Amino acid sequence: MKRRQLLATGALGLSLAFGGAAMAQDKTKACFVYVGPIGDMGYSFQHHQGALAVQEKFGDKVEVTWQESVPEGADAERVLTQMALGGCNIIFTTSFGYMDATNAVAKKFPDVKFEHATGFKRESPNVATYNARFYEGRAVQGTIAGMMTKTNKIGYIGSFPIPEVVMGINSYYLHAKKVNPDVELSVIWAMTWFDPAKEADAARAMIDQGVDVIAAHTDSTAPLAEAAKTGGKVIGFGQASDMAEYKPSPRVSSIIDNWAPYYIERVGAVIDGTWEQSDTWSGIPEGVVEIGEITEAVPAEVKAAAEKVRDEIAAGTYHPFTGPINKQDGSPWLAEGQTAPDGDLLGMNFFVEGIKDAMPQ
Amino acid sequence: MFGGIDPALLIAALMVASVPILLAAVGELVVERAGVLNLGVEGMMIMGAVVGFIAAVESGSPLAGFVGGALGGAGLSLLFMLLTQVMQANQVASGLALTLFGQGLSSLLGQGYVGVKPPHTGAVPFGPLVDIPFLGRVLFGHDPLVYLSVIMVAAVWAMLKFSRAGLILRAVGENHEAAHALGYKVVGIRCLAILFGGAMAGLGGAYVSLVRVPQWVDGITAGAGWIALAIVVFASWKPWRALLGAWLFGGISVLQLNLQAARIGIPVEYLSMSPYVITILVLVVMSSGRGRAALSAPACLGQNFHATS
Repeated sequence: MKRRQLLATGALGLSLAFGGAAMAQDKTKACFVYVGPIGDMGYSFQHHQGALAVQEKFGDKVEVTWQESVPEGADAERVLTQMALGGCNIIFTTSFGYMDATNAVAKKFPDVKFEHATGFKRESPNVATYNARFYEGRAVQGTIAGMMTKTNKIGYIGSFPIPEVVMGINSYYLHAKKVNPDVELSVIWAMTWFDPAKEADAARAMIDQGVDVIAAHTDSTAPLAEAAKTGGKVIGFGQASDMAEYKPSPRVSSIIDNWAPYYIERVGAVIDGTWEQSDTWSGIPEGVVEIGEITEAVPAEVKAAAEKVRDEIAAGTYHPFTGPINKQDGSPWLAEGQTAPDGDLLGMNFFVEGIKDAMPQ
Repeated sequence: MFGGIDPALLIAALMVASVPILLAAVGELVVERAGVLNLGVEGMMIMGAVVGFIAAVESGSPLAGFVGGALGGAGLSLLFMLLTQVMQANQVASGLALTLFGQGLSSLLGQGYVGVKPPHTGAVPFGPLVDIPFLGRVLFGHDPLVYLSVIMVAAVWAMLKFSRAGLILRAVGENHEAAHALGYKVVGIRCLAILFGGAMAGLGGAYVSLVRVPQWVDGITAGAGWIALAIVVFASWKPWRALLGAWLFGGISVLQLNLQAARIGIPVEYLSMSPYVITILVLVVMSSGRGRAALSAPACLGQNFHATS
């Protein structure tokens, strides 16, 4: 009798579990993996804003889940496998370092769609990639940096020497040089995406050496906090998120990653069953890269010059990488009037002429 | 000037950069000398960072922030104390759990404080001393915590070496059965040591969120607690060596960033790993040959004590 009861309970439990799974199928489950904490107020925060926009747009039709601070590497593969097993229909992996893990897990789960940010590998048909043309925003920042620096020393805190970061540095430098031929750039590689203390130390090392405009391609607001200690002598930019709490100075402008339109489009495609592999790379014209308010700490003519760059890029009349541009070793890259092909940018592993730092190999 | 690097600014920067790991390491050193291995330093640091930040923002006073940070770290260490000293749980597992718990709880507490600026912690006013060339910038331009961290090293050293309390603490860590037989309250002494370690770690954490990166973001300590644990071993449980270790590690971390900014032609990969490589090298040198006798962990480290009679 007892055993029969036990079996009956088990059967009931099973049917509940399956019933539950069937019900979950009605909802599309969109999952997000972040490299830092949502509270970084920068890069991961902006991806999460996109995820929240998806939830708001589709309401009951989607279930959004996320996992923050997932290390790049073997851990990512474990997290992705769990998500795929847990019923996710589409998984957004939001950092470059998830590239191999995303492709490896995607092969095992052909019915789950994978969207990898900032990468270039699409090894199975269920992997799409997407990226933002951050270098367009860097052109605007470089213009401001070149005109604002008094010491003619500008700095850039990079995370890792990957193409996405390198093209940002090149764009920043080229546009600073264009408005100020005497400008010198110093680059510090933090070798991390998120370590506020280290990012602050890097900013301090630059300030100690006379740098007075600092751009950062790491994920926290620490470089701005360090610049704020100088009482207005050093300025910087919001990165990934607006970082408005440091307005009007040291944060004089910002690059805002606006992922919401893309996330809504792609999750919508999964709901409609029209999702297809793609490689999307959009920037200022599409509204994915936004330039945050240029504050009153910047003189009017600098602001006008920066906005001119922004508007020309938005109108499609200007490409930030327009020749003649030579590589660091002096060999020609782009001829007069030629614009950079996307393939060159996505594989960019060299600095342009004039940058004195050596590129880590 | 050396390739654009000003040595005075560099030394000043390294002293500031080492304060959090130094404070946490000195606290953990006392805990380990009492025979307790608390791997939850990272968790206690980040709790100190968030509680200190909240206290400073709400009260408007950096001092309240540092007191709050110490209380936050000590508060979390209470949990470790309860688990290991009262309930006799495994110290390694409890310490690791403490770190995970601290990271989660700090994230929850800090929700409303992201993007808020804390009150400014000023430098100690030394008056004209700051204007002495070189020395003024190196020695007299810092905030109070930099000096406190060095004073704490001296105080812990003197306490362990010269005082009766230090002798008892070491006895408890070396042989808890014997200390118990002599009538010392092993568990009570260890509890005090754990609280002290928690308070110091919390203070170190508060320094990160209030001075070094004056803001709150999730995960702000980013592994500093683990470095502090390594420094204790590096220091072979001796306070002055902990100071040396923290300054060496902090110094090389700052130096490598300065070298990058000054474009000294060393590949960045070598620079980035240099703090860790040099720490390992020193550890190897110190633990070989004649220095070996000095590298001895407290004999009862990590063992729980339960009075049977």
